[in-house]
Amino acid sequence: MLGFLKQPVVVTAEINMNLVALTVMGLVNRLWALSYPRAVVFDEVYYGQFVSLYMKRIFFVDDSGPPFGHMLLAFGGYLGGFDGNFLWNRIGAEYSMNVPVWSLRLLPALTGALCVPLAYQILVELHFSHCAAFGAALLILFENSLITQSRLMLLESVLIFFILLAILSYLKFYNLQKCSPFTAGWWFWLLLTGVACSCAVGVKYMGLFTYMLLLAIAGGHSWHLIGDQTLSNVSVLCHLLARGLALVVVPVAMYLSFFYVHLTVLYRSGPHDQIMTSAFQASLEGGLARITQGQPLEVAYGSQITLRNVLGKPVPCWLHSHKNTYPIRYENGRGSSHQQQVTCYPFKDVNNWWIVKDPGMQQLVVSNPPRPVRHGHIVQLVHGITTRYLNTHDVAAPLSPHSQEISCYIDYNISMPAQNLWRVEIVNRESDTDVWKTILSEVRFVHVNTSAVLKLSGASLPEWGYRQLEIIGEKLSKGHHQSMLWNVEEHRYGKSQEQKEREVELHSPTQADISKNLSFMARFTELQWKILTLKNEDTEHKYSSSPLDWITMDTNIAYWFHPISGAQIHLIGNILTWASANVATLVYVCLFLWYLLRRRRKICDIPEDAWRLWVSAGGLCVGGWAVNYLPFFMMEKTLFLYHYLPALTFQILLIPVVLQHLTDHLCRSQLPKNMFSALMVAWFSSIYLVYRTFSPLTYGEPTLSAAELRSLRWKDSWDILIRKH
Amino acid sequence: MDLYRENVFSVLFIPFLMIPNIRWDETHFGKMGSYYINRTFFFDVHPPLGKMLIGLAGYLSGYNGTFPFQKPGDRYGHHNYIGMRGFCAFLGSCLVPFAYLIVLELSKSLSAALLAASILIFDTGCITLSQYILLDPILMFFLMGAVLSMVKYNSCAVRPFSAPWWFWLSLTGVNLAGAIGVKFVGLFVVLLVGLNTVYDLWELLGDLSLSLVTLGKHLLARVFCLILLPLVLYTAQFAVHFAVLNKSGPGDGFFSSAFQSRLIGNNLHNVSVPEHLAYGSVITMKNLRMAGGYLHSHWHLYPEGVGARQQQVTAYLHKDLNNLWVIKKHDSNTDHLDPSCSVEFVRHGDVIRLEHKETSRNLHSHQHEAPMTRKHFQVTGYGINGTGDANDFWRIEVVGRKSGKRIKVLRSQIRLTHLATGCILGSSGKTLPKWGWEQVEVTCTPYVKETPNALWNVEDHINPKLPNISLDVLKPSFPEILLESHMVMIRGNSGLKPKENEVTSKPWHWPINYQGLRFSGVNETDYRVYLLGNPVVWWLNLVTIGLYLLMATCTIVAIKRGAQLTVEFKELSEVLLHSGGKIMLGWLLHYLPFFMMGRVLYFHHYFPAMLFSSMLTGITWDTLLKFCAGCLSCSMGKRVYTYGMLALMLLIVYSFYLFHPLSYGMVGPMASDPNSPMAGLRWLESWEF
Repeated sequence: MLGFLKQPVVVTAEINMNLVALTVMGLVNRLWALSYPRAVVFDEVYYGQFVSLYMKRIFFVDDSGPPFGHMLLAFGGYLGGFDGNFLWNRIGAEYSMNVPVWSLRLLPALTGALCVPLAYQILVELHFSHCAAFGAALLILFENSLITQSRLMLLESVLIFFILLAILSYLKFYNLQKCSPFTAGWWFWLLLTGVACSCAVGVKYMGLFTYMLLLAIAGGHSWHLIGDQTLSNVSVLCHLLARGLALVVVPVAMYLSFFYVHLTVLYRSGPHDQIMTSAFQASLEGGLARITQGQPLEVAYGSQITLRNVLGKPVPCWLHSHKNTYPIRYENGRGSSHQQQVTCYPFKDVNNWWIVKDPGMQQLVVSNPPRPVRHGHIVQLVHGITTRYLNTHDVAAPLSPHSQEISCYIDYNISMPAQNLWRVEIVNRESDTDVWKTILSEVRFVHVNTSAVLKLSGASLPEWGYRQLEIIGEKLSKGHHQSMLWNVEEHRYGKSQEQKEREVELHSPTQADISKNLSFMARFTELQWKILTLKNEDTEHKYSSSPLDWITMDTNIAYWFHPISGAQIHLIGNILTWASANVATLVYVCLFLWYLLRRRRKICDIPEDAWRLWVSAGGLCVGGWAVNYLPFFMMEKTLFLYHYLPALTFQILLIPVVLQHLTDHLCRSQLPKNMFSALMVAWFSSIYLVYRTFSPLTYGEPTLSAAELRSLRWKDSWDILIRKH
Repeated sequence: MDLYRENVFSVLFIPFLMIPNIRWDETHFGKMGSYYINRTFFFDVHPPLGKMLIGLAGYLSGYNGTFPFQKPGDRYGHHNYIGMRGFCAFLGSCLVPFAYLIVLELSKSLSAALLAASILIFDTGCITLSQYILLDPILMFFLMGAVLSMVKYNSCAVRPFSAPWWFWLSLTGVNLAGAIGVKFVGLFVVLLVGLNTVYDLWELLGDLSLSLVTLGKHLLARVFCLILLPLVLYTAQFAVHFAVLNKSGPGDGFFSSAFQSRLIGNNLHNVSVPEHLAYGSVITMKNLRMAGGYLHSHWHLYPEGVGARQQQVTAYLHKDLNNLWVIKKHDSNTDHLDPSCSVEFVRHGDVIRLEHKETSRNLHSHQHEAPMTRKHFQVTGYGINGTGDANDFWRIEVVGRKSGKRIKVLRSQIRLTHLATGCILGSSGKTLPKWGWEQVEVTCTPYVKETPNALWNVEDHINPKLPNISLDVLKPSFPEILLESHMVMIRGNSGLKPKENEVTSKPWHWPINYQGLRFSGVNETDYRVYLLGNPVVWWLNLVTIGLYLLMATCTIVAIKRGAQLTVEFKELSEVLLHSGGKIMLGWLLHYLPFFMMGRVLYFHHYFPAMLFSSMLTGITWDTLLKFCAGCLSCSMGKRVYTYGMLALMLLIVYSFYLFHPLSYGMVGPMASDPNSPMAGLRWLESWEF
């Protein structure tokens, strides 16, 4: 019974000291004096505000990417006990005592440090020698730009970490495929690939490029699997299904879960509420929900409402009118109707209130029981404060002469009759007898006489219109556009017959009761859509650059500058590594083409195994570089040098690949091999030297004198801050 | 076949002759045709071949180029427009035999070819588009011509370097040149032919029976016919274009001063102006970058929040009175044109003040951010009647000249340095938003770089006190004007951005025939033509693409898994994968790139892709039916095949009968009205006929 005691319990551990050494070196070099400088550095000012909002559970929208990255940073703040009270307004501002700088920066630094052993592992899994793998890791270790980027509260190093992790786990999985499919290890690495991919995409959309690359590689491998006629049809199908599950289904589910956590954590209303639809806003605590709670759901004749434009561009606004009239003549000489202006106004105001009136009746109150307005009904809209009717006629709109002017009708007795009947069309209706609902219904107002549609043109009126937005009647309504859709935001049943009382009623706040909840999927779709379509005004940044500048590193970014001592941190790479990486890429592409053409003529310069290795390693490294770099040429957003870092990482991995290939296959005799090794040692030493030389700009200390700084300006285009005295 | 062709021409030709007023874009291209006849220089974002051909057709048919082409719906009256329309319609109707021949060549199946051809005959969209003076029929003609000759030379591959091989190969090159010469969209077909050629060469390379010399010959033949020949022809078009258009016209301002001096009637042609700048001269300054504008100002101020609220200074591409500036001394406000004053020349290194003639404000800069390029300083108009402050002073310098020398009109490359801040006046090339009337931003850049952005030349020069001297201005060489006109075209193309809140056509609308394009007529009484594909045909095409992908995947997987196919099926799968693959690639190349384009897109951009999609339909259904027939017994199979083809044809013909009023014009109430002849045919709410 106690047989198992007969054998001693033995634990044999095999520790790759290379790996341990690299990890330790990585940690030292990334974590050293991490909380220096105790000041906001560059984009920390941007990510920091989101961390604060997470701490306070306030909802926000960030168009730069999905929420997982922000969440990771916020997690660091949470562990450090950050309360979110810091004003992120200026680069270089000193952190107050309550900001746990070290723990905020810890996660990016850790991931950055782990990239070093990952690079080692990847090359080993690609069947390269440990020597080459060690070289790759050292190159990553001494890359100044990667160090700078990972020592601060920024997301690139996290992204690179997940990208490398995904690559590594796919390689592990692929190597297991040959000997032991469907074992625990096989499943583990396959699933880890999917998870790492979704994490990479979740941190920044740039991760998509690597994800696509991996999918393509996996697709190629699966294609070989299909061609393998030793496998039965069923097992091929199982293989394909397993890959589909791990590489498609799991990442999608993970991605959704990021948003689920994001939306669950952030339940309070905040500064970006206005971007979202009324329904979304009502689902947040505070803000609009406080106002709209308890308002009646169905719009009835006599309802007092505010109408919000669904598009929300250029700014969210409400249908508005005021006492002022359109000028008789515009600047360009065209005439107007001189009736009361109707605009779209981006602020809450008592003049945003309108009353829905039945054209057949005089009363402006809701009858008992209320008569709801349905799809297709014809209504008049009465402006609450001025009691004028919303009207349109065949007069050109002030800024869009091809469309009709919208006004509040004033009878000047000049044979211009009132045309104030509007047909309500609920666009997102379920049946043709749907009732017009507060917040939920998106409605088009079609003018009965001219079939023009009430629309926000997006232009803002000149001085006479107080720079409010222009509202027009679109005659040729081409299809559906959100600028023609309106939804009721605030709503109450009007009770006062008299104008004076009604004004008091309009000024009073609406009462509160129940809230309307949206499903997670509806909220996810809306948020995702807003993230993808929200465009910030394109502002050129002082340090923005074009992709062409990146390969040769013609540009740098000054991240931080100490106002007194003059210490500074720059994003500036190890120029020698960058140059070598470019040379390696060039050599690889030329050799590849050479081999390819020769093989087509059945001339094999290298053995079949070496060729396969050459293709797979190069496909991964050059492919990774290309997919992470080339798409930027087609992007119109503001670009920075740090966008190049993922591509650079792949390019660096290529250097040892090319070097080993050269030693193995091109240096045939012993003498050149020895010379080559000597050259390698010299080259590595110079890379280390360059790293040392630029490390004051990477770590921000020690402070350099003006002369020393000037000597570091190796390229004229580098922007190194030298103070004039 | 002959019967078919006759049919085509009658379907396309007869009705359009009866419509005597302009439709839609005819205003553009008809007008440009007239410009060629009148030899007036104009600017367009497309290369010139298409318009040149329209002009030629008009010229040959006796049109005299006098019709103004002002707005859609204008009557042609007595003007002879038939030639131009007939030309376009002829090219448009050639598409049908082309499609027929391509499919026949690819699939070797008569019924597949007939199906593809009948789709194009009975598609209302293709008919509508070929009836009017537009570039699209010309583009599609060359495009299909290129594909046809490519397919033909591929099938000549067994006898390389024979006469037909050379003929088709060089014809491919000619057609490629034609396609890019009409619109830049032609680049996609170049890409298609290029990929096909690379594949071709790759196959040849793998053929070890061929010697390296033969391979070299193959390569050279293709380089010559598919690269050099099109390039030469393309350049030749521009040579003709510039040679024909030698009179000044509406397009002058888009080009540099040197370019304009070529044009008869332009104020720079054989110009005679005072040679040296003097104080008191009235001048215009042109930026030296490609497609740079004139230094311009107007009464409007920069809006709130954009630097200081002072008068805007921009670069403007058109000639305008607001481009005029007066050179004054920085320290005095005397009128130098006063006859009592002696003439004083401006010299290199002088400090001057530039006063805007219309508004009397000085060119001014200060340390506020420029509106778009935030690193630069804002440039404004400042001061009243020439009295401003020290920020109005600029040092004028000529590139590569010593101080004290005079400054020459047109030839001197001038740099204006702001005295107070040391920055240099330049144009960033970015378009200002609406408040700046979409003119180009002018900034003062603190980074001293030797780029054409920061250099200017003096173009007009008015000074009554100086003698006019005829200047033999630097005549630009042909490569220079070729390069310049391309830069201007590219800038023009990228400037066609949709406005905010404007409803635009999206690429995903197109294959589902979501929305048409109104060619003419809005009201019930008008004669209305509406560009919309025959929905039955288009939806058939759409379904076919899915069907094709499914069939191709199944076949390819079956082959990869080592399934044993009969000879018959092997041939079918060959047609499906190779021929179908080529056509599918063509469709992808002509469709997907539009998703990445930032410019305004229209429904008619899909038509080249639609041609490929129709041919694919022919091939796919033919293969599918043959496959079904092959599975069944002999007689039964034959019957299935025949009836299947017949059913498809009848479906297409009947749907054409239903929808033909779209292209031949409709009168009467709108389709939403139950009394309309088109009632019940408005299957999608987004159609507006």
